[in-house]
Amino acid sequence: MRYGALLILLGGLVAALFVASLLLGASSLGPRESLVALFSGDGAAGVVMREIRLPRALLGVLVGGALGLSGAAMQGYLRNPLAEPGLIGTSGSAALGAVLAIHTGAYAAFALALPLAALAGAGLAVALITLLAGREGRALRLILAGIAVSALAGSLTALVLNLAPSPFAAAEIVFWLMGSLADRSMLHVALAAPFAAAGALVLLRQGRGLDALTLGEDAAASLGVSLRRLRLGVVLGSAALVGAATAVAGAVGFVGLVVPHLLRRAVGAQPSRLMPAAMLGGAAMLLAADIATRLIAPERDLKLGVLTALVGAPFFLQMIRRMGREGA
Amino acid sequence: MTLLSLHDLSVARGPCQVLSGVRAEVRAGEVIGLLGPNGSGKTTLLRAALGLLAHGGSSSLAQMPPRARARAAAWLPQAREIAWGMPVAALVRLGRLPHGPAGAEAAVARALARMRLQDLRARSATALSGGEQARALIARALAQEAPLLLADEPIAGLDPAAQIGCMQVFAELAAAGGAVVVSLHDLGLAARHCTRLWVLHRGRLVADGAPRAVLTPGLLAEVFQIRAHFADTPDGPVFQPLALLGQ
Repeated sequence: MRYGALLILLGGLVAALFVASLLLGASSLGPRESLVALFSGDGAAGVVMREIRLPRALLGVLVGGALGLSGAAMQGYLRNPLAEPGLIGTSGSAALGAVLAIHTGAYAAFALALPLAALAGAGLAVALITLLAGREGRALRLILAGIAVSALAGSLTALVLNLAPSPFAAAEIVFWLMGSLADRSMLHVALAAPFAAAGALVLLRQGRGLDALTLGEDAAASLGVSLRRLRLGVVLGSAALVGAATAVAGAVGFVGLVVPHLLRRAVGAQPSRLMPAAMLGGAAMLLAADIATRLIAPERDLKLGVLTALVGAPFFLQMIRRMGREGA
Repeated sequence: MTLLSLHDLSVARGPCQVLSGVRAEVRAGEVIGLLGPNGSGKTTLLRAALGLLAHGGSSSLAQMPPRARARAAAWLPQAREIAWGMPVAALVRLGRLPHGPAGAEAAVARALARMRLQDLRARSATALSGGEQARALIARALAQEAPLLLADEPIAGLDPAAQIGCMQVFAELAAAGGAVVVSLHDLGLAARHCTRLWVLHRGRLVADGAPRAVLTPGLLAEVFQIRAHFADTPDGPVFQPLALLGQ
């Protein structure tokens, strides 16, 4: 398939799922009245459409696109199909920030305390990683720094859970960590969108450098690519995207790992081409997963992160099996 | 025309001096064979000359801004890395990165033709055999169409026809006004196909001259601990290592 046709197909898929996400929900509105209410904003139906379903669908696109794009960039940068956007510790640190906001009760007093704390966590992680990763611009130290920061954030999150004052508080944290798009408002969209947009712009500009990295760091540097600037761009861009996504949706796994891998062959394996495709593919996958949470068990509040991981894990195993067979 | 000049180029790794005081020049029309035992500093010399390694002294290439340097010199590393299975033509096209999109297709087609890869152009690069991958990576460096090519053991692991073909491509580049510095372990190919040889020994450039003048029994004994047969035949110079010394 031609690259342009693939992007149009994925774009159409995202648009269709976006509309489907708008039309599906707890209140029994017909498709026609839903859309009318969305555009007029009148009455109870208008409130449901504009305050509940529209932010949910928008966040589906935003979070999925952010995870798909940053996953493609991270895999391209580390030249490893098993890399995922959380590898450098930003999602773990964002989750830690959010968990602290829940634990201290700050978010009960101020609704945006949670996403803001998550963004602060992601920012702190980036600062720590850039400090640790050295000036040379090589990938290895970045991975090691990321692993260290991830482990630190993970253990601190566990500590907060450990110190939770009551089982209810612990359950609240655990549920948040599973990831969800339910009950989010346009404020969440407005908070996450600027970070996501800035991160996407930064990452999409790294395409040539990531393509050159196919030949290894030395050859890429000899082609005029600045390894330091490339690494900084990948770290900042993916941290902005992952931080924004985690802040509004919690820890949603596997989208960033699976989507780039699913699309790699179709785009001819070039990171510069994979990034836009993975952004659209991630949005489509997340919208589909979020719709599935509403269709499978509408009354049980199934968590989004549970569903993406359920779909993702078998794929991951299959990928490992195939790698074993090819002896790679 | 001088394409590269090195002045007292030195590289230290910790307390260990891996390259010291290398002075040399590369002029258009030359194919320079860079020889030396394992660990003598061949790769270090090439990388420092490109400015990819912190170094003392100076290299004319290392002083250029990265993009201009990428148009002045192409670098073919020894590690044959191809991370993603992109089509061969897309891989070769990566060599056009320092240039604009203009003329890219023609340059890629020339490079593929030079390395006889036209039939493989749509194949996934990671699905190729090791030798084919090596040729695809050489084609990538050729597509860069820089006047100077620095190649680190490009022919190791290639079949004899591909080895000779590759050395002939280098000779063609030199004849067209470019120059090539190629590190090699095959002294026979170096003697036949290079216009000049550099010999590195423990980080020092111990010989710089025409193959006949460089590959003397004394130098072979000192640097490589071998003796060899060197003859001028109607087919050109023939060099054959014979035996280890001291056994």
